[in-house]
Amino acid sequence: MLNYILRRILYAFPILVGVNLITFFLFFVVNTPDDMARMHLGMKHVTEEAIENWKQERGYDRPLLWNESASGSEKLTETLIISESLKLFRFDFGVADDGRNIGGDIKQRMGPSLAIAVPIFLIGLFTNITFAMLMVFFRATYLDLSGVVLTVVLMSISGLFYVIGGQFVVGKLMHLVPISGYEGGLGAFRFVILPVVIGVISGIGSGTRWYRTIFLEEMGKDYVRTARAKGLSEYRVLFHHVLRNAMIPILTGAVVVLPLLFMGSLITESFFGIPGLGSYTIEAINAQDFAIVRAMVFLGAVLYIIGLLLTDLSYTLVDPRVRLS
Amino acid sequence: MSSNKVKKGGIVAGVVAALFVHLLSISAHANWNSPYPSEVVDEQVLYSSFSGRPKHLDPARSYSSNEYTFIGQIYEPPLQYHYLKRPYKLEPLVASAIPEAYYIDRDGERLADGAAVEDIAYSIYEVSIREGVRYQPHPAFARNDSGALRYVELTEDALSGVENLSDFPHNNSRLLTAEDYVYQIKRLAHPALHSPIFGLMTEHIVGLSDLREALKGAREKDSSGWLDLRKFPLEGVEVVDAHTYRIKIKGKYPQFLYWLAMPFFAPMPWEVDQFHAQPLLQERNITLDWYPVGTGPFMLTVNNPNRKMVLERNPNYHPDYYPVEGEAKDRLSGLLDDGGEQIPFLDRIEFSLEKETIPYWNKFLQGYYDSSGISSDSFDQAVQFSSSGEAELSREMEKRGMRLQTSVSTSIFYMGFNMADPVIGGSSERARKLRQAISIAVDYEEYISIFANGRGIPAQGPLPAGIFGHQDGGEGINSVVYQWQDGRARRRSLEEAKRLLAEAGYPKGRDRESGKPLTLYFDVTASGPDDKARMGWYRKQFEKIDLQLVIRNTDYNRFQDKMLNGNAQIYLWGWNADYPDPENFLFLLYGPNAKMGKNGENASNYDSADFNRLFERMKNMENSPERQQVIEQMTALLQEDAPWVWGFHPKNFGLYHAWYRNTKPNLMANNTLKYVRLNPVERARLRAEWNRPVLWPLWGGGLLLLLLIVPAWLGIRRKERSSLRTQEG
Amino acid sequence: MSELYAWLGGKPLFLWTDMLIWLLVAVIVLGVSYTRRRPHLLEPWHRVAKSRLAMGSLVVLLVYVVIGLLDSLHYRPALEQSDQSEEVHYAVEALTALDWMVGGLRESGEKSYSAPLATHLYVREMVGESGGEVRRDYPRLKSGGAHLQNPQQRAADLVENSIVGGAKGLLLWLGIALLLVLLLTRKRQQISPRRWVVEVARGETATPWRTILLVTAVVSLLLMAAIQVGVKYHILGTDKVGQDVFYQAVKSIRTGLVIGTLTTLIMLPFAILLGIMAGYFRGWIDDMIQYTYTTLNSIPGVLLIAAAILMIHVYIDTNAALFETTEERADLRLLFLCIILGVTSWTGLCRLLRGETLKLREMDYITAAHAFGVKNIRIIIRHILPNVMHVVLISVVLDFSGLVLAEAVLSYVGVGVDPTMYSWGNMINGARLEMAREPVVWWTLLASFLFMFTMVLAANLFSDVVREAFDPRVHKGE
Repeated sequence: MLNYILRRILYAFPILVGVNLITFFLFFVVNTPDDMARMHLGMKHVTEEAIENWKQERGYDRPLLWNESASGSEKLTETLIISESLKLFRFDFGVADDGRNIGGDIKQRMGPSLAIAVPIFLIGLFTNITFAMLMVFFRATYLDLSGVVLTVVLMSISGLFYVIGGQFVVGKLMHLVPISGYEGGLGAFRFVILPVVIGVISGIGSGTRWYRTIFLEEMGKDYVRTARAKGLSEYRVLFHHVLRNAMIPILTGAVVVLPLLFMGSLITESFFGIPGLGSYTIEAINAQDFAIVRAMVFLGAVLYIIGLLLTDLSYTLVDPRVRLS
Repeated sequence: MSSNKVKKGGIVAGVVAALFVHLLSISAHANWNSPYPSEVVDEQVLYSSFSGRPKHLDPARSYSSNEYTFIGQIYEPPLQYHYLKRPYKLEPLVASAIPEAYYIDRDGERLADGAAVEDIAYSIYEVSIREGVRYQPHPAFARNDSGALRYVELTEDALSGVENLSDFPHNNSRLLTAEDYVYQIKRLAHPALHSPIFGLMTEHIVGLSDLREALKGAREKDSSGWLDLRKFPLEGVEVVDAHTYRIKIKGKYPQFLYWLAMPFFAPMPWEVDQFHAQPLLQERNITLDWYPVGTGPFMLTVNNPNRKMVLERNPNYHPDYYPVEGEAKDRLSGLLDDGGEQIPFLDRIEFSLEKETIPYWNKFLQGYYDSSGISSDSFDQAVQFSSSGEAELSREMEKRGMRLQTSVSTSIFYMGFNMADPVIGGSSERARKLRQAISIAVDYEEYISIFANGRGIPAQGPLPAGIFGHQDGGEGINSVVYQWQDGRARRRSLEEAKRLLAEAGYPKGRDRESGKPLTLYFDVTASGPDDKARMGWYRKQFEKIDLQLVIRNTDYNRFQDKMLNGNAQIYLWGWNADYPDPENFLFLLYGPNAKMGKNGENASNYDSADFNRLFERMKNMENSPERQQVIEQMTALLQEDAPWVWGFHPKNFGLYHAWYRNTKPNLMANNTLKYVRLNPVERARLRAEWNRPVLWPLWGGGLLLLLLIVPAWLGIRRKERSSLRTQEG
Repeated sequence: MSELYAWLGGKPLFLWTDMLIWLLVAVIVLGVSYTRRRPHLLEPWHRVAKSRLAMGSLVVLLVYVVIGLLDSLHYRPALEQSDQSEEVHYAVEALTALDWMVGGLRESGEKSYSAPLATHLYVREMVGESGGEVRRDYPRLKSGGAHLQNPQQRAADLVENSIVGGAKGLLLWLGIALLLVLLLTRKRQQISPRRWVVEVARGETATPWRTILLVTAVVSLLLMAAIQVGVKYHILGTDKVGQDVFYQAVKSIRTGLVIGTLTTLIMLPFAILLGIMAGYFRGWIDDMIQYTYTTLNSIPGVLLIAAAILMIHVYIDTNAALFETTEERADLRLLFLCIILGVTSWTGLCRLLRGETLKLREMDYITAAHAFGVKNIRIIIRHILPNVMHVVLISVVLDFSGLVLAEAVLSYVGVGVDPTMYSWGNMINGARLEMAREPVVWWTLLASFLFMFTMVLAANLFSDVVREAFDPRVHKGE
């Protein structure tokens, strides 16, 4: 088991190297350090010297791929690509354009992101499964049919409409929750409730449909027929056997997104002024703060790989037939 | 099955508990939708916002208005602008008087007061500061029992548990000395700080570039630690005694006094610089760029750029009083009621992060922000125009007791032509007429009415009202674009523009020789939702005189590149005055300041020998009729050459709630929060009144849900029963 | 050639996305004629054709597609000539066949906001009176309801116009129905037109012609009424600079379609090739391909897109001379958006194909082919590719609506299509600000919602049926 995990972690390394190469290409070759300096130094009274200085401060004045002026192995190591990549692998994200330590900001912003993402995930999971179960229970009746139509309708509405509409009605017209903002601790509840409700609603369409298919697939299996033959009530069959067996694909499917919850939601966070990682990313894109974007790309990749690893593990845990090879 | 039920029960219980907590937290403060934890009535707390993380709070680096909102209240330069008097007037803040310059010649001999500009080699400013001014409490000043600084060589152990500056248990303060001012001027030359005015100041302050070289050399030897600037001499700036320092300026530069009212020249204690230079603190984001330390009325106590910034009253603030003099109308409007009282009035100012204008405006209407500008989208709700065309509050806003204040800002937004461009630029007759034709066609009156709801004044030249040299009325109009008719400026007709175009060799927008339509390129950085409409509008303006406009949209970096290389053709740009002197606008068109190649501020690369000569003369003059005359000559030259379509000067509209007092727009001063006074009891009452929750849709929704659930529930029951029956049967 | 253009009054402009769209049309036409001759391939389509839901949505989708295709014929109109001898020159602003057809909508600009069907501006303006006095009031619109002497006649006029429009729609529909009857009954001689009509009315035909005709009726009624009213009023109001919102929403259709279809078109070759190769050859090839898509997959999509869009800016600016018109610049950005969206979304399909190929490869007939020494390439093309096409088809149809929705979100983040381009995302992004106005300007949001929702809903319903028809798992049980 331990052996297997170790091997998987080793396997993750080349992937991270690949991610790093791609981001390096996009962020240093395409947007040269000169561009970043100019962007950063602002509008008024910017001199060439200031740009050179800025680059030097950050160590961006080194050549990209090959350092002709250095000697020996330093020709390779004293370059942007090597030094910047090594820093990422040590989770040293460096400083943002405004001089703040990115690692510190990420740590600070993770909390608010989770405060939104985790409730949306859990409540969403619960609601979607409940709805899906109900639809399966009433399958082929008008309830199921209208449920299917409703989910398709919900799915066909862009998430932006839910957010704009929700904020407008609940925040502006009804005065029920603060329009935007955030606060630490228990006080967060007032700020989080609307984004969470909207997040859950906008996920109902696709989620419920997905679980409904899973349940229907389970219903077609032999053990269900056996259970029915034994004379179990439909209710019992559904909630006792089908749900339990369907939990395996549901949970293993959910595990892969778990680590990504840390990344936060781009749209919700920026609409509701929640200082999480999602709004951090959007701000960075708008401000073209490449150091932050790079850090977030790397972080996202790491979390995704962790998610894959967790999925593999959860397969083996819930289903002993799957052997680790 | 039971286990499932338990799980579900657990979740339900969790939700119920959370709701309960919510109810509890609601009862703690009156309004459900209040973004603040509790209502404060016994303290003067101002609620405001910031729209993005301020990049720099270091006075040597900060150079934008959103940063000045904070550091203007914290750092105190020697001078300030009088809060109420207009035109803007400097007055001493920490200085005991406004320094008078005296001049010396090349040999160091002092010149008589009326000396000719040519003879003046240096100007000397001697600044003396008040005694007894103390810094805010700060750990950098804390000393241990033996009298040494407590927090200088911090180790990882000593810093365990330290995340913010407030986590240091010991604080202290000390008296302000002249040396602190000198230290800060030296910091402008610090190679790691990239002070935005370093380049500019090397032209004025003697020895600043030498200091930069010396500091660079010192840093190359040891780049890690603190650079004690006290050890490096700066020729042009010296300490005379504990409360006096002297600045030596090259030649004559009367505008220098204005710089002395900006945070660049605020004092910086060396202890603080040393404290923040420690690498372990920098790792924790505890840097001088982020934790300002000053002698001002407020100090930054909560510093979380991701959420909230709080300024609190500085307990060590020196005695300071509300002005007793102002303009005549200030007494009527109650602005002098607090005259002579000790300031600041506010105990605390809470800035919340609010990136978007919509939530900001909505929260302002709900009373959660005390003041607001008006975005063009909420304009009609807030403002209506009286029969005479004056802006006044709409009835709805008036009922809420709000006040509206307007002012023409000392800035200009313009459309520039790149004078280095072969088609549109240059001093040829042909290009000039083309530029003039475009100037007439681009109807900025319409632009202001569509995109700014009338909040702007079409510019006649580079100088906005309120700046010396600006001319009002028929005298001041740009006769290339306007005619004076019936007491107002009327834009010249499109026929005239078309005629000019034909004279320029492009009849009906086509090159007379080749017959090809003239295509012009518009370089912009557009990304916002409004930009599409705006670009469409510009295109339409050119179409009016049969010109084809291609919009080249790029990101900010590319745009800067293009401007620097002189590849742009037509572009949009703006300028916000640093100080209220015409020099600060006219230098935008001074030849040696060209953008192309030199990265100056003359973005149009305009270079006219006549204008340059006049500028050099004007810049050193005191405000006088003679200076006025020179400026008029310069303006006329510019209007004829039309290197810019003059665009407009935006008008600022500010809305203030009834409980907010002592507001007067002051575009130069940035330390105005100390004059503000509030009525928190009134605020609490109105907030409660405006924010009653509307609950019936909730009940309605609940009922609907119930209606959906009941048939389902009944269905389940029936199905279960029937299956039981078949089992039994 | 130039004489032809001069006679036509415009010079065609070949945009990248236009050409790709028409290429796609050609591929589909070829695909259809290929499928028609093969009954086993045609069979699932027959199942689709029997579904009322699918055929109803298909009609709606077809309307969108026709509008999108019309909007994909760009040309640069000729500029007015001052005298005949001159060479003809063309405007830098490109128009499309659609613009030409609905020219009235495009040109009828107002000054600023006006509500749907309004006769007055939505915002007050300085109105100069004859006495020289200036008042702030709602001015009359330049084109919306301008034909009315008295704005109070508006309601009656509206009713009249919609009835006339509706009547035209009915005529149109009758024409279509008649054409159908003629075509279908001529093909199948054994059935008389009369009998067929009765069967349709009772809903007894195999293909749900009744539904199709009903939906067609609704669509043609709406369309003709909209055109009739639309030339006289702004059906969905105007935006901040007075442009017709209805026109914007219609123009956005093309953007949505391009993103939804070209993205998949671009990614398909990669996904198919790599997916099958990974599953078929296994070993190190499989490892490499899996490595590639895991790496790409692990980069958060939005960030990858943001970075790539910035890259395009660099390219466009360093090669500014290549682009004569604003449309060309915007078009290249759209194309790259499709490409980069393709790069981020091919991995899912690739993985599916790999799994499917792994299964197929163990089938007897393939092992047999191997044993006979048939070349790998041949096995892949002859045996594997046709047998995984259903996976490809399902995924293409399912992806479509997701991509249309993604465009809106990307535009919000600021890395979507060019801001000068008409798109629902840009409309929503602008509408966000309008929702804060007082009184609220709601019609831009509504317009983008209606148009986007209808298309995505139709696509979702259609794709559902297609998936069920093609999914072998569904039919094994039957």
